[in-house]
Amino acid sequence: MPLRVETYDRIEDAARALSTNRNARVIGGGTLLMRGVNAGVQGFDTVIVVRGGQSREIQSDGARLEIGAGVTMASIAANADLAFLAPAARVVGGPAVRAAATVGGNLFARPPFGELTTALLALGAQIHYVGHGTPQSIDDFLRERGRDRTRIVRAVSVPRIGDPSAFRFVKVTRVAPKGAAILSIAAHVPMQGGRVTGARIAVSNMGPTPLRAIGAERALEGQPLSDDTAQRAAAAMMEGLSPLTDELASEWYRREVAPVHLRRLLLPNHGR
Amino acid sequence: MAKKPVQFRLNGDEKAVFAAEGENLLDVLRRGVGDLTPKFGCGQGTCGACTVIIDGEPRLSCITLAETVEGKAVSTVAGLADGARLHPLQDAFMRHFAAQCGYCTPGMLMAAKALLDRNPRPSREDVVDAISGNLCRCTGYEAIINAILDAASGASQNARRV
Repeated sequence: MPLRVETYDRIEDAARALSTNRNARVIGGGTLLMRGVNAGVQGFDTVIVVRGGQSREIQSDGARLEIGAGVTMASIAANADLAFLAPAARVVGGPAVRAAATVGGNLFARPPFGELTTALLALGAQIHYVGHGTPQSIDDFLRERGRDRTRIVRAVSVPRIGDPSAFRFVKVTRVAPKGAAILSIAAHVPMQGGRVTGARIAVSNMGPTPLRAIGAERALEGQPLSDDTAQRAAAAMMEGLSPLTDELASEWYRREVAPVHLRRLLLPNHGR
Repeated sequence: MAKKPVQFRLNGDEKAVFAAEGENLLDVLRRGVGDLTPKFGCGQGTCGACTVIIDGEPRLSCITLAETVEGKAVSTVAGLADGARLHPLQDAFMRHFAAQCGYCTPGMLMAAKALLDRNPRPSREDVVDAISGNLCRCTGYEAIINAILDAASGASQNARRV
């Protein structure tokens, strides 16, 4: 498919161009988009470039952190305020990929990629668009991702995680750390009075986007983070999830190992 | 196909080329400028053979849209040596036999240079991470890691002075 590249100085102009062309894609670091361009099978006919890139700002209003769509994985990994997200950012490719790959790009990554988006889903991130005042929940964003590609993401915002043990992430891969993921799991398990309150568990490669493990969340809610609770969460984890089969792993394999990794993530010191 | 002008600095020299729509930086460097040091491996950002440094950061030129380097500084292995005088990293690679077929070597050198520019005294773990995006099917990596650590320690410069 012949490709057209449109370059804009102002992101508002780029947003206008995207809103009128369903076959256009905005390029962030290019680490995913350019693979398709190089192969000539990109499935789009226009690449929109924002000169100078998208916002690389990381802002805090105390309780929440706003991360610009142009912030790279390397910048997240190096930012003290975002230390809780570093484990997800550090496992995205090698240093040259992390220096280019952006938050905005990762939101649109297809399986087996998208580790950061899995983490953002567990954190209950909000998606902020250029020219739209009202943010969208990441759950809604991911549900509509395949259908609505006419808005440019300006930033994502996440709650500040004060207790590092409340947020956990693991990428399961055959070639650590940069190999493509068999699956990744992010678990946000805030504790109140010794019990899990508001658990969000996200897992990748169980569908076309990262998905919540609702069964596991239900098993954890209101419970102490004990061996029994973790076992129950692991047993309920695959409820409603349909693991993918690809070159990396079969549906069966993913279904078998995902609960094991969730249990280890919830009880990292168990049996050691 | 329409072509667009792109201007950037390559190893300190100003370059102006025409890039086809969607052309990647690796093709522009090799075909447009004639710098054959960055290699084409996978074309997917997986092997690291095309690693260059853009504005101080390691980047994969095969998945970098050429137009996005407008006004930036690009470094390749072609700019490492000073005439016949090898860069300390090149010298260390030679002394440690860190290249066999040599295809990954330009990418390894640029990944290593990006590390040492930022962190002149890296640990072994730092080096392993720095080249974690670069595949080598010959050496088993040990010789490469040792060469980078050696270059960082200044041993190469000392050896050359002898």
